[in-house]
Amino acid sequence: MIFKHIDEVGYTPDIDCYLRHGGYEILKNAVTRKPEELIDQVKKSGLRGRGGAGFPCGVKWGLVDRKSGKPIYLIVNADESEPGTFKDRYIIHQDPHQLIEGTMISCFANNVKQAYIYIRGEFPIGARILEQAIAEARRHNFVGPNILGTGYGCEIYVHRGAGAYICGEETGLIESLEGKRAYPRIKPPYFPAVLGLYQCPTIVNNVETLCHVKHIVEIGGEAYSKIGTPNNTGTRILCVSGHVRKPGYYEYEVGKITLGQLLYDVCGGPLPGRTFKAIIPGGSSAKVLKVGERYKGKRKVGAEMVDYDWGIEDVPMDFDSLAMIGSMGGSGGVIVMDDSVNMVEALANINAFYSHESCGQCTPCREGSLWMKKITSRMVYEEARAEDGALLKSVADQIAGRTICAFGEACSWPTQSFIAKFGDEFKGYSETKKQPKVPDSLELI
Amino acid sequence: MIQPAKPDLVTVNIDGKEIAVPKGTNVIDAARQVGVDVPHYCYHPKLSVVGNCRMCLVELGMPAVDPVSKAPIMDPATGRQKVNWIPRPQIGCATYASQGLHIRTQTAQIKDCREGVTEFLLINHPLDCPICDKAGECMLQEQSTGYGRGYSRFIENKNVKPKRTLLGPRVVLDDERCILCSRCIRFCKEVAKDDVLGFIDRGSYSTLTCYPGKALENNYSLNTVDICPVGALTSTDFRFKMRVWFLKQTNSIDTESSVGANTVVWSREGVIHRITPRRNDEVNDTWMADSGRLLYKAVGAENRLASKETLDALIASAADVLTDAEGAIAVVGSGRSSVEEQFLTRKLADAVKARVFLVARSGAGDGILISSDRNPNVRGALITGLIDKLPSERLDTLAGGIDSGEIKAVISVGEDLTSAGITPEQLGKISIVHFGTHANSTSDAAKVVVPTLTVFEKAGTFVNQQFRLQKFAKAVPAKPGMHDDLDALSRLTAAMGGASLPSDLHELWEVLTKELPALATTTYRTLPETGLLLDATPWSGLRFPEGETLHFKPAASEEGVKA
Repeated sequence: MIFKHIDEVGYTPDIDCYLRHGGYEILKNAVTRKPEELIDQVKKSGLRGRGGAGFPCGVKWGLVDRKSGKPIYLIVNADESEPGTFKDRYIIHQDPHQLIEGTMISCFANNVKQAYIYIRGEFPIGARILEQAIAEARRHNFVGPNILGTGYGCEIYVHRGAGAYICGEETGLIESLEGKRAYPRIKPPYFPAVLGLYQCPTIVNNVETLCHVKHIVEIGGEAYSKIGTPNNTGTRILCVSGHVRKPGYYEYEVGKITLGQLLYDVCGGPLPGRTFKAIIPGGSSAKVLKVGERYKGKRKVGAEMVDYDWGIEDVPMDFDSLAMIGSMGGSGGVIVMDDSVNMVEALANINAFYSHESCGQCTPCREGSLWMKKITSRMVYEEARAEDGALLKSVADQIAGRTICAFGEACSWPTQSFIAKFGDEFKGYSETKKQPKVPDSLELI
Repeated sequence: MIQPAKPDLVTVNIDGKEIAVPKGTNVIDAARQVGVDVPHYCYHPKLSVVGNCRMCLVELGMPAVDPVSKAPIMDPATGRQKVNWIPRPQIGCATYASQGLHIRTQTAQIKDCREGVTEFLLINHPLDCPICDKAGECMLQEQSTGYGRGYSRFIENKNVKPKRTLLGPRVVLDDERCILCSRCIRFCKEVAKDDVLGFIDRGSYSTLTCYPGKALENNYSLNTVDICPVGALTSTDFRFKMRVWFLKQTNSIDTESSVGANTVVWSREGVIHRITPRRNDEVNDTWMADSGRLLYKAVGAENRLASKETLDALIASAADVLTDAEGAIAVVGSGRSSVEEQFLTRKLADAVKARVFLVARSGAGDGILISSDRNPNVRGALITGLIDKLPSERLDTLAGGIDSGEIKAVISVGEDLTSAGITPEQLGKISIVHFGTHANSTSDAAKVVVPTLTVFEKAGTFVNQQFRLQKFAKAVPAKPGMHDDLDALSRLTAAMGGASLPSDLHELWEVLTKELPALATTTYRTLPETGLLLDATPWSGLRFPEGETLHFKPAASEEGVKA
């Protein structure tokens, strides 16, 4: 759906090409309709946010405080920094007008007069493409003070971040957009829907989510909700990276493809002579899945509860199923690791990332993420101790659920799941390697 | 902000104890009222809430109600309404009391949270308490003892950060001790209105620093040292001087302006080592100006006056001087004297039938805790009847009286006449009896000098700009050769044939209570530490010079009239 044209030969990111392919027709149609009706369509569609948390988009819009009299802002979260995720970048590079159209429809539906695209600092070309596309759209009167002669006006500004992962967190993003350090705000009271950008009601949506809005308005919420599976509607882009034959972006109906189909049929299976070992299904902060694990329980199919007994390859790639087996759909970044990977090194890599990106505002994440990194780095450099695995888990447990933003979970879930599922590797690692040198009292003098 | 006469009260349940608190009280403050300690670092009652230390995590719950009928759901086991507990712990500082809120602070989960946060705060903390100035009054030290595990699991290398950054002329920063609570940053921004501090770098390597090209040099910089929960910010004046547990604390009042900030004087064996603010939510909150903290240096100053003669001898010589000039005497009182001294000064003036002058002292107010009236007690002079209109800065009438020969002797109570416009030639024409603490041109020219005490060496009261009567206590004993002001003034009054008045503070207060209607309801002993607001209506016609400061809006000041 989103990638309908993207890989066509001769499809270019300029507006003429987009218009040739029926671009902005839906915006033209949308501005003739009532904003409430558009919001209603999005609510009916059951669209869930594609940024990571999977929060229903219609509900998010419904929470916006429309009675305050303050302007409502819309922010496009293009700070795609979750390791393993690279879908938004592709949309921006290949089809920026699709994003702008989706954004403008969303702005119209929510009576937004100013929208910002917060793009991560590492996407300079993406920012340039967007600037160019917005200028083109403005020339065609799709963006500006009087859109398509309706009297409705909305401006889009592109704002480049300075390269911090935490700016993908919506309140951190808002702080950064206001020109401050990207310290996430405490919720309550600072829910973006009420007290967001400049203390005004604000909607923050992911790039892919807003593109979906365009398609919802095109085909209607009802029809959209039939795509995918109940409560996991529409399509989503899965970014597969790591040890598969054909890594890349794949757009599938949510829940209609299992992890096994994705890895073996779509991505061509493991590299020659290797076998899969572990999969992180939703960006590096999602909990890791171990190949060979089985997940049992009851799940809701229609109105009744049905027993399920899945191997990892049977898991449907949707929000609810992945949450059910203790991980998450997250941002759709599927990271595949095969038997060549040392899990301690993999965790050390992830921990290095999170300790580098912790904003430093609240204690558990600031100190804990660096501590975990120090431990795993030490383990990699052959100074592991037998008790390090348990210590790592304990540190992670002290972070999760006790921080201002979701970074606490993001940085502790990998450690918790790696230790839980590959604990023997951490233990074995400990026993085979030499113990750290503890300075004795003489050395201290 | 106008507070409603009766704030809305809501009932909250803290660890099983029910208490009614004003709506909007946060959980930390509400818990304090029932004697439950919710440990915290970043929260400060007078600063905005950021919730970054995560030490005040508590469990919250609301009474369960049926979603449809709104009827309470009862728990059959206890017979009480069921409570729906939020599974994730929440921060107490940003949770405000609402009707029926249940709070648990003593569960295993909360204990674990506190141990976790404490451990995290300590892993990169240098643990150099033995050489740290904050030791003994350090929140991290106290709460680690109270809520930590007591052992370390950390064997990695600690982060290395700058150890002695001079943030400004009076504040030194040790970044390794810093726990990044951001209290100092918020203080500078919100109270001192001088936004100079911020963090650089990220994560555990975050470092407190000044903005480029700026320094923490505002007159409130030392408050950051007070509110620092660890020893990261230290005062250049107090650094490495004294362990705080050796110091005696005495409540006092800042004398640098009519704001009358409440202070604590920290001394040991008769030597003052520092002055810090004392919380008074109606006067100075928890703040005071840097300038007021250095006033204690006057106690041991080199130009302190002292006399080898006994007080009796000094009073006798003073009486001789005054008797010679009978009928041509003026008294220059002071807005720096305490209420009690001003009362005795008035009695002395009555005894010698002298005209009374007072010297005004003014400077620019900073709108926070320094007002434009730099005398701490002009209103005391009004209340005691020493003066009946506001003083001026120059004693021109007195100068005229000296020139015309009407005035032959002046009793100066703590004032330097030359700085009030009296020329050295004029000083030469008169006989001066000077009560004072430090040498100046008036004491040099005086016939009799009675060395008296600084505010730190005596007790008394001041009336601040709000007409709030506030008391200060004696922090350190007087040195030999210096005499108590009250003793000296009452003896001289008696020697000049005036009323015989007690020199003991408490006995004198019995007289004050009887004679001065404004003070009829109180005594020194019963005066609360936070002061007593006096009735200001008799002086409502006067135009006081003060502008707006913290917790004070001028009623009929010149600036108010102009506005």
